[in-house]
Amino acid sequence: MLAAIITLLTIAVIFGLILGFAAIRFKVDSDPVVDKIDALLPQTQCGQCTFPGCRPYAEAIANGEVEINQCPPGGDATIVALADLLGRDILPLNPENGEVKEEKTVVIIDEEICIGCTLCIQACPVDAILGAAKQMHTVIIDNCTGCDLCIPPCPVDCIYIVPEKTSANQWQWPNPNEVVPATKAEQPS
Amino acid sequence: MTTSLHQVYDFRGGLYLDEHKSISTSTPIEAALIPSILVLPLSQHIGAAAKPCVAVGDSVLKGQLIATADGRVSAPVHASSSGEVIAIEKRHVPHPSQLKAECIIIKTDGRDTVIEQEQTGLSNYHSLRSDELRQRIHDAGIVGLGGAGFPSHIKLKPGGHHVETLILNAAECEPYITCDDMLMREHAPAIINGLRIMQQALHAKHCMIGIEDNKIEAFTALQEAIGNDTDIDIVRVPTRYPAGGERQLIYSLTGKEAPSQGRPLEIGIVCHNVGTALAVNDAITKAEPLVSRVVTLTGSGIPQPRNIHVLLGTPVDDLLKHCHADSDDIGRIMIGGPMMGFVLDSTTAPVTKTTNCVLVTHKRDIQKPETSLPCIRCGDCADVCPVNLLPQQLYWYARSQEFDHVQDYNLFDCIECGCCDVVCPSRIPLVQYFRFAKTTIWQQERDKEKSDKARERHELRLERLEREKREKRERHNRKKAALKKEPDQKDDPKKAAILAAMKRVKEKKSTESVTPGNTDDLSSEQQSKIDAADARRAKNKKDKNGA
Repeated sequence: MLAAIITLLTIAVIFGLILGFAAIRFKVDSDPVVDKIDALLPQTQCGQCTFPGCRPYAEAIANGEVEINQCPPGGDATIVALADLLGRDILPLNPENGEVKEEKTVVIIDEEICIGCTLCIQACPVDAILGAAKQMHTVIIDNCTGCDLCIPPCPVDCIYIVPEKTSANQWQWPNPNEVVPATKAEQPS
Repeated sequence: MTTSLHQVYDFRGGLYLDEHKSISTSTPIEAALIPSILVLPLSQHIGAAAKPCVAVGDSVLKGQLIATADGRVSAPVHASSSGEVIAIEKRHVPHPSQLKAECIIIKTDGRDTVIEQEQTGLSNYHSLRSDELRQRIHDAGIVGLGGAGFPSHIKLKPGGHHVETLILNAAECEPYITCDDMLMREHAPAIINGLRIMQQALHAKHCMIGIEDNKIEAFTALQEAIGNDTDIDIVRVPTRYPAGGERQLIYSLTGKEAPSQGRPLEIGIVCHNVGTALAVNDAITKAEPLVSRVVTLTGSGIPQPRNIHVLLGTPVDDLLKHCHADSDDIGRIMIGGPMMGFVLDSTTAPVTKTTNCVLVTHKRDIQKPETSLPCIRCGDCADVCPVNLLPQQLYWYARSQEFDHVQDYNLFDCIECGCCDVVCPSRIPLVQYFRFAKTTIWQQERDKEKSDKARERHELRLERLEREKREKRERHNRKKAALKKEPDQKDDPKKAAILAAMKRVKEKKSTESVTPGNTDDLSSEQQSKIDAADARRAKNKKDKNGA
């Protein structure tokens, strides 16, 4: 009887120690699901999902507070990926959050008109605008996510939306499903 | 020389195609024409575009450096004739996207004056170390002239690997193209010399030349040029497309397979093209940079197909005019061969370092686009695939845009040779799907990179805002605490100074009361007036203080 109790207690203590050690050794700071969701979001930080950035939206999705169809920059691809990850149903994009842009855009500042008010700098979620008070501002195009958040605060409307430039080595072949293929006339049959 | 003894390994798949080569080999290579303008793209190679080092209005001479290499994987650009730089702007370039790219435009003066190079040509290149050879090859702007355009100086660097075999790719397997064939017929000794220079740069043990067995004249010419050398093996491979694919040729000659996604260098093999060998020879022995190349002008739209030396930057238009191609009869222009080439929309686009062929099809030969039918899973495509892929499976996933699965089936090993397209009974443009899938995956990778960067920048911004807020609060708190504290005069030098000054003023005031002058010998009337005035002043002062 006593031997059995001691044995069981010993086993309990051993497993307790193992579990305790594992809890410390393999501690995760944040919810891994949030990280996974965040990784699928396009990181434009535009706030169209009604959350102040992509991560808060990811957290809200993880908590089951919101649907997965509130991200216009991600479009259908993001919705499908999120549905895949979370085992939820694929939904059409919620029109209340905005529409999918036809092409990727960035913004540029018309430096002639800019008065150097720094309002756009404060609005930019990724610090992609360079400038200081009463100095000319400019957009670091490579870092611009195309969120357009800098446009409403500008008092002189000197920020324009322009399509993102494609260079020849970033060019994509068109989807043959959508184009009529050119045949190879000189091909031997 | 061990020509007949060498074993040839049979690579997998491939096709016997109609060659259409003899139509352009009946005449010798024509000399270059000097077009009125030259359009020299800054990016004629794989890697970073070159940076212009001339300005609009500058006069340039033939062979003058006009754009320098930007970084390691890049190549400089030289003026291909003498003249004046009239613009540096975006122009049409030969690229499947038909997009414009940055070019240097030179208006030629027709004199073709050659610049005096700093370095002189060396007939005895043995005195140069391999890094000196590479530097000269780099400075000459030489890139792989077979079509890919990878900067040659990088491919000539063993980089810790031991190079067993240097292979000269003389297969030229694509139908219609004959520029390498003609080069070998006419410049075999220079090509062999170029090969030896490359061998020295790589410290390669021995060299092999892989040539398709349909090029008898070229083979003979090379054999003569090699003479009795024993360290160069010239091997005839069967004429089967794509025998000239780098991996296919390596397998045919050595029986070794380069690792998937890896470089042949990892198995001790380096492969260079015939044209590149000639350019290397010219760069080292004559100190001539790469300013021209041989281009095959062929197809049913060209009255007399031929090979021609072309100055780099010559617009395709000028070549067509030179060959008397009737622009009304032209149905389609392709850059490269019919299998791996691409359609060129704008004839203002120039010939670049990688343009080996301009294939012009007469409009009567253009067939209507055939609509593709559903895949019937016949498996013909898998039979002909030279890299042992399953094209129908790749097509299946590329079509439904399941890009993870496409990569599971090794999409990136596809060399886009087009064999599967040719045999497909349903006329499915398979390679188009593969190219679409490849470029989309690359785009997705770039997007991912960009979004990761955006996330990082956003987090850093939030951190910064938080830090600024905290610092502001701390500053505020410190100020508040300082105000509350009893002002300690000894500690504060400013306050002490003010107090000291006030004290000095007080002392001064008390000691220095104004003594009125001219007060001697006053009459009683004057005295009484003074007293009255004093009394008034005292009263005024009192009133003022009182008020």
